[in-house]
Amino acid sequence: MSASNRYSTTAIVLHWLVAALIFSTFPLGLYMVDLPLSPDKLKLYSYHKWIGVSVFLLVAIRLGWRLTHTPPALPDDMAAWQRRASAVAHGLLYALMAVIPVSGWLMSSAKGFQTVWFGVLPLPDLVERNRELGELLATVHQVLNYVLLALVILHVGAALKHHFIERRPFLQRMGLGGKETT
Amino acid sequence: MNLATFTLLAVLGAPAAHAVEYTTVLPKQSSIGFEFRQMGVPVKGGFKRFTTQMQFDPAKPAAARASIEIDLASIDAGSPEADDESAGKLWFNRSVYPKATFVSRDVRALGNNRFELRGTLTLKGKSRDMDIPVTYQAGKNASTFDGSFVLKRLDFGIGEGMWADVATVANEVQVRFRIAATGK
Repeated sequence: MSASNRYSTTAIVLHWLVAALIFSTFPLGLYMVDLPLSPDKLKLYSYHKWIGVSVFLLVAIRLGWRLTHTPPALPDDMAAWQRRASAVAHGLLYALMAVIPVSGWLMSSAKGFQTVWFGVLPLPDLVERNRELGELLATVHQVLNYVLLALVILHVGAALKHHFIERRPFLQRMGLGGKETT
Repeated sequence: MNLATFTLLAVLGAPAAHAVEYTTVLPKQSSIGFEFRQMGVPVKGGFKRFTTQMQFDPAKPAAARASIEIDLASIDAGSPEADDESAGKLWFNRSVYPKATFVSRDVRALGNNRFELRGTLTLKGKSRDMDIPVTYQAGKNASTFDGSFVLKRLDFGIGEGMWADVATVANEVQVRFRIAATGK
């Protein structure tokens, strides 16, 4: 029996769960920052933070799973540079998914607002309230998010190119379409 | 009674014999802060400018008087955005009510350097009677009066309209103050 070209079900579920959360909280972040202060704005900020903390925890689980499970092999005829680019891009995606929530958490502390996950679990404030630091971390959070956006476009674009233009069953790797074996 | 006991009693008795009436407040060593919950998250703030007038002899609480006037423009409401918002009509309506005041009516000794300060707090044109527990601590250069009480913001119409929803911004505001004073 040949090896599956599909990630494990656990990896697939985590992938799409994290994707859904990022695709919710990213536009939410863009939308909420320019709102005039209102109770709704405060609620949206809380939801954004709760989702961010959730992403961080799920990414930690994903990393643990990824390090202990071998992902399906890439097609044999794939160019070496593409394999390297894929490894680097995936590494960066993981790094950003972990670092971006941390930057948001630190920013929130610096701005004087503790992060309390779902309004129940308080995260410690690792930095003191400091307006300059808060603004610096806001910029860091924003820039990292745009880098993530660029990488996600690359990630999705590459998967679609492999699947539809090169006609390789690539989307099946992440659970889309029927299960196939190489 | 031997001499040692006599001396001890004299020393212990000294503060009562030479009671200090506190009249001069030291603004730099005094503070007014508050804390409230926003989406379940504690947020700290305070007021930087306020004037306090007091005549307070811990030995004669019945004759004590105290009043505080707070410049609401000196607020730290947790963030610059909240500072601006707090000036508006839904919050302090600061162009009409620029100050908050507390004026004592009577002071009662609770024992153990604790007093109950009873008086009227006026905020945004609304006055409410408040009982504020205060702890007095004698110091070398200045003595301190620490107080803490819970204020219900909606009693004073602080945060009306959309802000009246206490699930977002809690009704209870924990107020803590320290007044440092010297006297003679």
